[in-house]
Amino acid sequence: MKDELIIGGVKLNNRLFIGTGKFHNDGVIPDVIKRSMVQVITVAMRRVDLRSSEENIMNFISKDMILLPNTSGARTAEEAVRIAKLARAAGLGDWVKIEVITDQKYLLPDNYETLKATERLVKEGFVVLPYMSPDLVVAKQLEEVGAAAVMPLGSPIGSNRGFRTKELVRIMIAESKVPIVVDAGIAKPSEACEAMELGADAVLVNTAIATSNNPIDMAEAFANSVKAGRTAYLSGVGATTLEARASSPLTGFLT
Amino acid sequence: MSFYHVYKELKLFDFEGFLNSVTSNDIHRIMHKELLNEKDFLMLLSPAVEEYLEELAQKAHQLTVQHFGKTIQLFNPIYISDHCVNHCTYCSFSVINQFKRQKLTMEEVDREAKNLASMGIKHILILTGESKLHSSVAYIKKTVEVLKKYFSSISIEINPLDTAEYKELKEAGVDGVTVYQEVYNEDVYRDFHVKGPKRNYRYRLDTPERGCQAGLRSVNIGSLLGLDNWRKEVFFTGMHAVYLQKKYIGTEIGLSLPRIRPHLGSFKPRSEVDDKAFVQSLIALRLFLPRSGITLSTRESAVFRDHLIPLGVTKMSAGASTEVGGYSLEALGTNQFEISDERGVRDICDALYKKGYQPVFKDWIQSSCPPVL
Repeated sequence: MKDELIIGGVKLNNRLFIGTGKFHNDGVIPDVIKRSMVQVITVAMRRVDLRSSEENIMNFISKDMILLPNTSGARTAEEAVRIAKLARAAGLGDWVKIEVITDQKYLLPDNYETLKATERLVKEGFVVLPYMSPDLVVAKQLEEVGAAAVMPLGSPIGSNRGFRTKELVRIMIAESKVPIVVDAGIAKPSEACEAMELGADAVLVNTAIATSNNPIDMAEAFANSVKAGRTAYLSGVGATTLEARASSPLTGFLT
Repeated sequence: MSFYHVYKELKLFDFEGFLNSVTSNDIHRIMHKELLNEKDFLMLLSPAVEEYLEELAQKAHQLTVQHFGKTIQLFNPIYISDHCVNHCTYCSFSVINQFKRQKLTMEEVDREAKNLASMGIKHILILTGESKLHSSVAYIKKTVEVLKKYFSSISIEINPLDTAEYKELKEAGVDGVTVYQEVYNEDVYRDFHVKGPKRNYRYRLDTPERGCQAGLRSVNIGSLLGLDNWRKEVFFTGMHAVYLQKKYIGTEIGLSLPRIRPHLGSFKPRSEVDDKAFVQSLIALRLFLPRSGITLSTRESAVFRDHLIPLGVTKMSAGASTEVGGYSLEALGTNQFEISDERGVRDICDALYKKGYQPVFKDWIQSSCPPVL
């Protein structure tokens, strides 16, 4: 069987998604994309300025990329819906990553408002990928209202704390029908790999790539680790124990 | 409960004794801590920090990059009226100063806005003196109507208002409010604010909270460095921010570090805040509040501003004018204070790129923005 990731009817070969915030210069983005061969890229609609010829992030994203405009800055479902519609009206496509964040200290998503926004935007024909705090019940509800994928956080945005929500995401992976994309908090390629080994369908990384000393190399490192994690998952990751184990201590005598 | 009660309690603390008792061991311990408490914050404002400024600066830099990336958000002030009924001894707009007062007509606001927008500016901050007669809420609303056509985010730095008035302005399209306490020390406050409604310390102190209650997206606070002991003033500013952020989780609480500048009336600062003290203040605030935006004004010189960029600053004004009509009308007004960084928007962007930082012009889309923005 072929290992395909399909979101919103689109087949994706690369399971690393990247963000566009925090780069020291957007001019580096084309090389980041080229080296990591990512296909999905998220852009904060609040930062997109199509009127400006110079300071326009869209100048650095090639047309064949799958754009995932996000609603960052929205603090209510209503604001998220408004921003999503602006993105579509501006020609950024039908995909949208819902971000509804009330809490301004940890930037944790508001799952309740996220669910409301997802429901409304799905009805309006968007391909909706909601960013959320890992919670199986909410994930199932998001699935129910038509989310194309669900994006639980690994730890708070920009915190670089790594894949701390592992136990909750593990359950979501086991029970979800839609793809699970681990988003936010992933600081190192090894952590992205860990999420993929666990069975996540994709990983979204921004801060760790954008703020590293060499974003291009770091993007490649993440792409490789995501690939490695996926291959390991498909091959079946072995069970772990603390002690060394002989091959067949109990039944070896049978041969 | 208001921050006033917190202040009343805090001011009883033996600051001098505490600040002088801080040792290098304390600073070492703080350096390796992830979350700082209020005592740690105060220690970072102590004289003991001086020899560790570089190490702490590196930590401040790393935290800022982690949370904000290598980006600086640009905005511009627009002064629309310099009529003022207050007498504040450090300000050019003071009622006792004789000069021809100005107030922009809507046509003039439009012209100023057009000029600013043509430089790429998307976030704007409306400034006025305090005069219910000349810069009423209705006048501000009219101004917002005009500015909405050009800018994706509009904030105000005008006289304190009631919650209902903030709500009204929010409905009109205002996203944020900036209001500096100027000086938290209540006794000193009275010395500087001699006449006018601004004399009411408590009303001003509660202004940021009213902005939060009105549901504004961002509330920006600060103290005017130089009016009193900076160590204490910065501490109160940080504590005020924490008080607001805890109580109003959905409002973005930002900080500014305005430092007193020469102005009409030859005011001399009461407490000297040298560059080292300024940097220490910036670093202490960054380490204590890693997620808060910090604004740097054109009061500081170009060279100093460039050096401050990596230390925790996230927002800057660019090519700013502090006089009414300063972007389009010839020699219309009197500057509220002298600016030190006289570079234009393009020069500031070049300086940012040279430092390895990217300017961000647009970071929000206010509610009535046309889809093309």
